[in-house]
Amino acid sequence: MFDTQPSRDELLALIEPCKDQPGPLLVMLHAIQRRIGYVPASAIPVLASELNLSRAEVQGVVSFYHHFRDRPPAKRSIEVCRAESCQALQGDRLTAHIEQRTGLRVGETSADGSMSLHPVYCLGLCSASPALTIDGAVHARVTPERFDELIAQPGSKR
Amino acid sequence: MSAVLVYVPRDASAVALGADAVADEIGRQARERGVAVRIVRNGTRGLTWLEPLVEVATAAGRLAYGPVLEADVAGLFDAGFITGAQHRLSLGPIDQHPYLANQQRVTFARVGVIDPVSVAEYVAHDGFQGLREALRLSPADIVRIVTESGLRGRGGAAFPAGIKWKTVLEQAAPQKYIACNADEGDSGTFADRMLMEGDPFQLIEGMTIAALAVGASQGYIYLRVEYPHAHRVLVEALTAARRAGFLGQNIMGSGTHFDIEVRLGAGAYICGEETSMLESLEGRRGEVRVRPPLPAIRGLFGMPTVVNNVITLASVPAILHKGAESYAQLGAGKSRGTLPIQLAGNLKHAGLVERAFGLTLRELLYDYGGGSASGRPLRAVQIGGPLGAYVPASQFDTMIDYEALSGIGALLGHGGIVAFDDTIDMARMARYAMAFCAHESCGKCTPCRIGSTRGVEVIDCIVSGVDRQQNLELLNELCETMVHGSLCGLGGMTPFPVQSALKYFPEDFMRTGGR
Repeated sequence: MFDTQPSRDELLALIEPCKDQPGPLLVMLHAIQRRIGYVPASAIPVLASELNLSRAEVQGVVSFYHHFRDRPPAKRSIEVCRAESCQALQGDRLTAHIEQRTGLRVGETSADGSMSLHPVYCLGLCSASPALTIDGAVHARVTPERFDELIAQPGSKR
Repeated sequence: MSAVLVYVPRDASAVALGADAVADEIGRQARERGVAVRIVRNGTRGLTWLEPLVEVATAAGRLAYGPVLEADVAGLFDAGFITGAQHRLSLGPIDQHPYLANQQRVTFARVGVIDPVSVAEYVAHDGFQGLREALRLSPADIVRIVTESGLRGRGGAAFPAGIKWKTVLEQAAPQKYIACNADEGDSGTFADRMLMEGDPFQLIEGMTIAALAVGASQGYIYLRVEYPHAHRVLVEALTAARRAGFLGQNIMGSGTHFDIEVRLGAGAYICGEETSMLESLEGRRGEVRVRPPLPAIRGLFGMPTVVNNVITLASVPAILHKGAESYAQLGAGKSRGTLPIQLAGNLKHAGLVERAFGLTLRELLYDYGGGSASGRPLRAVQIGGPLGAYVPASQFDTMIDYEALSGIGALLGHGGIVAFDDTIDMARMARYAMAFCAHESCGKCTPCRIGSTRGVEVIDCIVSGVDRQQNLELLNELCETMVHGSLCGLGGMTPFPVQSALKYFPEDFMRTGGR
């Protein structure tokens, strides 16, 4: 994980392996976010010049996809499924509990960057609803009590 | 004594219920007790309420225990589960479990049975037999067999796969592609994920057969980023298939070349729409393309492209191996073969049921699903994801096939069924459908981009009793505009859940008194 904005050379090294693939922009963005944790603003002009695109075109792609972040992720991240199957099994009650417990509304990151709470629309765990992820790890059939246990465990990444 | 085989699923649903910790604990206890075990991380059998489901290979077959928690493992060893001894979690021989024994597993025959990344096990269970057959046939013959099988696209559109392949075969082009749609974004669906995590070689084999049929040399699996477990399995399986000579240069010594790359989506529901997926594969915003031209004529990078869903492609190896007739004889009416149905939401026994078309919703919900998990009466189901209609309990005797469901204004889609009990507020679900569309709209066409946001506002007015009659008329007009004026199914189908909720559950919209 980089603490400061990565240099142009670091970015070029990250995207180098994908350069010869057809239509590589998403592949490159994934490579950058996987390594750095987000897509820094400094990556936009680098990608634009490497791919012979305008900066607006690159920015347009980054902003289209919910997955790409333009700032570092929170130290702990929660993604709670808001889709139908989870709603059918008290997902709203679970979400309300998480909001109350974390002091965050869905979609928010705490001011100190210690925790984020985002919605996700289906994790494909619909036969074991409700589901969520904490720091990228999936959990299913989550009750409010189970959430409290899970969040009390130390974060596994970062 | 040779090591005892113990199976602990690596499927994401099992992992989300603690399977990794269970596998670790079994390994640790076995070492401590000096018991030789080999832990195989299989796919899931699809009996999700029993996950983590641990199986032990014994002389009497594979005996199952579940749901097993980490804390149960020591007790299982104490009871002697390694030799198949009884325990309070015993489920007996897993393949005789009624939930499985009453299924017709064709596409999911190996899922949960084999080690998903072992080429040797795949081959030992009839793997690559379809490809072997395809290599003996002409492209036109492969296309003919797939057409005769009656296989229709399982992603939702239900277009005959053979006819699509024929169009691609007939194009003269320097390059053709196979693009597998693994952007399984519909809520209530997980069959693609389960198949990719439980039997990835079958998908690889199906894509390779498609490549032989149309003359493609490159394939892409467009996988949603929400499926990291499936991603790991696919990458392992692709590497293993290449190493064993079933993918890449000179496939099975035939001199044919075909390779597959997995590309990750980035959290956009719309990229499950085929033209939007192609845009995304090309590295652009996932905006829908105007058709024509069809992707079969001008698809990925402007070249003729077969775009099929995971289950469609994974159904092909068995068709080539066992013949078109063996597949076509299953099913009802114009819906041939089997369908992996995903039972989700408020059901006691949610999971995966593969059956030939033609059983009723009621059989699925009660005989397999066991009724609601909450113990309350079921009130409605949504079929086919967030764009599917809500079906009331009075229509639970409807047959599961494409035509019967469209006869009641519903759609089978990808075969996901989400059940709700009588505590569900259908006005809220209708509002959610519009809000979801607003969240996921690509923005290219106006009915979808603006209509969805207006839909939320109008439903809010109706529910709170503001000019209710006028707003109900407005909502209906808005729905008609979205159905007829949107470029793709997102805007075009979002009205289905809304209108069905209004039609069957009007009382939910009228709870507050108002003008």
